[in-house]
Amino acid sequence: MSLLHWAILAPFIMAIFVPFLRKKAASIHTGWFVLILPVVLFGTFLQYLPVTTNNDSVMQTASWIPSLGINFTVYMDGLSLLFALLISGIGSLVVLYSIYYLSKTKESLHHFYVYLLMFMGSMLGVVLSDNVIMLYMFWEFTSISSFLLIAYWYDRERSRYGALKSMLITVFGGLMMLGGFLVLSIMGNTFSIRELAAQATELNEHPLFLLAMILVLLGAFTKSAQFPFYIWLPDAMEAPTPVSAYLHSATMVKAGIYLVARFSPIFAFSGYWFWIVGTVGLFTMVWASFNAVKQTDLKGILAFSTVSQLGLIMSLLGIGAASLHFDSLDDNLFTTAVIAAIFHLINHATFKGSLFMVVGIIDHETGTRDIRKLGGLMSFMPITFTLSVIGAFSMAGLPPFNGFLSKEMFFLSMVQLMELNLFNIDTWAVLFPVLAWVGSVFTFIYSMIIVFKVFTGKFQPEKLEKKPHEAPVGMLISPIILALLVVVFGLFPNLLSYSLIQPAAAAIVPSIIPPGEQLYVNIYFWHGINAELLMTIGVVAVGILLYKFMPKWVRVYEYFPGKITLNQFYNAGLYAAERGSNAITNAYMTGFIRTYLVYIFAFFIAALGFTMWAKDAFRYDASAVAPIGLYEGCLIIVLLAATLTILMAKSRLTSIISLGAVGYTVSLFFVIFRAPDLALTQLVIETVSTALFLLCFYHLPKLSRHAEKRRFQAGNAIIAAGVGIIVTLLGISAHSSKFFASINEYYIENTYEKAGGENMVNVILVDFRGFDTLFEIAVLSVAALGIYGLIKLRLEKGGETNENK
Amino acid sequence: MEILMCIVAGLLFAAAVYLMLSKSLLRIIIGTGLLSHGTHLMLLTMGGLKTGAAPVLGEHASSYTDPIPQALILTAIVISFGVTAVFLVIAYRAYQELGTDNMEQLKGMETDD
Repeated sequence: MSLLHWAILAPFIMAIFVPFLRKKAASIHTGWFVLILPVVLFGTFLQYLPVTTNNDSVMQTASWIPSLGINFTVYMDGLSLLFALLISGIGSLVVLYSIYYLSKTKESLHHFYVYLLMFMGSMLGVVLSDNVIMLYMFWEFTSISSFLLIAYWYDRERSRYGALKSMLITVFGGLMMLGGFLVLSIMGNTFSIRELAAQATELNEHPLFLLAMILVLLGAFTKSAQFPFYIWLPDAMEAPTPVSAYLHSATMVKAGIYLVARFSPIFAFSGYWFWIVGTVGLFTMVWASFNAVKQTDLKGILAFSTVSQLGLIMSLLGIGAASLHFDSLDDNLFTTAVIAAIFHLINHATFKGSLFMVVGIIDHETGTRDIRKLGGLMSFMPITFTLSVIGAFSMAGLPPFNGFLSKEMFFLSMVQLMELNLFNIDTWAVLFPVLAWVGSVFTFIYSMIIVFKVFTGKFQPEKLEKKPHEAPVGMLISPIILALLVVVFGLFPNLLSYSLIQPAAAAIVPSIIPPGEQLYVNIYFWHGINAELLMTIGVVAVGILLYKFMPKWVRVYEYFPGKITLNQFYNAGLYAAERGSNAITNAYMTGFIRTYLVYIFAFFIAALGFTMWAKDAFRYDASAVAPIGLYEGCLIIVLLAATLTILMAKSRLTSIISLGAVGYTVSLFFVIFRAPDLALTQLVIETVSTALFLLCFYHLPKLSRHAEKRRFQAGNAIIAAGVGIIVTLLGISAHSSKFFASINEYYIENTYEKAGGENMVNVILVDFRGFDTLFEIAVLSVAALGIYGLIKLRLEKGGETNENK
Repeated sequence: MEILMCIVAGLLFAAAVYLMLSKSLLRIIIGTGLLSHGTHLMLLTMGGLKTGAAPVLGEHASSYTDPIPQALILTAIVISFGVTAVFLVIAYRAYQELGTDNMEQLKGMETDD
């Protein structure tokens, strides 16, 4: 266990103490204690910066299940470090923000912070694990903690619905991913991602390669809310806003991005990867930004915007895969896409984090997030307004913010595709920059909506629950820090170039970087008038026009039928699954004991009958049988007559007495068959149980038989006959085939010598098999206790309703 | 004799299963009782019938009957008694609380099939 292992486990350990802190130090907001951890973690991870800047990596292994090759291996390279810093850094800010967002007295803080810490630890586990099984385990932990956090206000129906939806979709993806991992590990004979990447070329040839890729991508696409799986993310906005800022914009939804980036060295050489990741990402970007514009809930806008931005990063990673097909690093156009992906990932975390916090502030201070009710807040909340301008303009891709830079690089990558002559791209390449541009126009529009619909326009105090005012300072600290980063990264992007971006990008496309060299990362503002700048100008111009004339074209959305949305599909699917499984279960689980007995007996007949037939197991050998005497004949007749009487009996008394007759006949059989102990026991027991039957009979109703239809009886008779025949055949076969001598000789010889008794049956019971008898006594005691309890038990008054019926 | 006893045991089984499939709780209990009788006879038959004296050394016989099935049956008799007793008390209590021993009514459904 190294420092990195403890870094992953620390949040889990901390989570154990949170409830105690909540109880013992109730006067201090629990968040203050929790805050210490991500800050310390952030500092710890920063120490790895010099290592990864040199394109080195750290690997530590703690063995867990070595026999299966499953080890707790942590691997820290540029990509992992970037994510670890994001998780701990944004985590610190979110915890700080939550201290002011969540009331100390009203909310169950211990739940919140336990879930949040659980998430933090599992997310660190995802990005630091080298073992795919560990990665999967942590991956599912993030799904579970996300579920718990979305359902934090579990008394709201929307929260529960959103939580279930995100759980179903992401866990479905997780299971697919596990399948992909298993296929990969079978192909490469290892669970280690690094070792798998080392044999990427051989894996590419493998017939299962495409299957593994699609399964892993399903995991990534569900987690990162790509089309068509994005539908869970808007509903996940029911979570408290700090959670939305942390899980559903900055970290967890980026786990899919991480997965794609991490597995790029294995899959990216394939053309399928380029096409699937690139097109799904781009389409998601356009579709979600288009849909974001029609949202009225501020968090809804941000949710669709997050989906759209994730699509953007995803498409960049897909296109970046083209860089693997160029030999030289110097004229390799597509490393730009990889670098842009990483850069935009950082930028998105900063501006979207701050925007979420701003929306949280608006919600907190006005009581609503509905843009139809909000307006003119600028004069009430000047700081919040400034923050939202920085965040939204960065998101829209305006200078001088960091979003402008990564958006330009995004355009550049898309334009460069037109020069690509790989993967039969041909004229299709034109579509990429066009779609990217369209998506960006809508991104511009919804960014403007966030700023101007809320802060300018007519102030409508009558629609607000509270009188709006600026947020407390503590709540503003975190978004201010993020907004500062937006500006700083915008003005000085090269702060990040070789410290974070280059090592992370290098981890995605390691194969094209010759030893000792680095990717060339140079991000700057002014590169002359070129295609991407013109595209940005076009976005702004068209965006402003469309924003101004929005009422004129907004009816476009009405042409999309509400009935066939993905959400409807999900709801209908869920409903059908519930109804369907219910119907199937009800079809065979009837609630009648008889039905279940029929299943059991039918299976008994079928299994034994089939085996006997298939294995040709029936034997008949009447050579070693005892002669049939007169007494036995008589007894058999009595026995069968008594049995028949039970079957035909009209009254209970008759059947009970007949059962007694059967029992006594059996004990007479024991006498004849040289079993005196059995005969004695049977006599006693039979007497007692007949007495018991009669005792109960006294309380039971007079009417003995319930009307049974012929068909019912016939069915029963067939099954009963089947069981009887099978048992008879089984008995005859068993008797006719002796494979080895009985072990009874041992008892006959040793009964006296070893146990000092003469009655073999007694000695076996109390000596040789003493424990059997002991447990038999235990069983009887349990039965006695049960009987006592049943007789003493009187149902509470609730049982009365049943009696009245 | 063994063959005949196998058939007898099979008949007991058939009767027991038939009773267990019926609607009346009491008949189900009687069915389990018959089932254990059938099992005991079957077990005893498997050890071979009348192959020697009763398994008591005091008989000083040259051969004895197999004692192992007898030991098994002895345990089984006692256990089946326990089962029957619990079952009976459940039936008794169910009738007391619910006023019926019809399995279909106990399930809470009016339909009669």
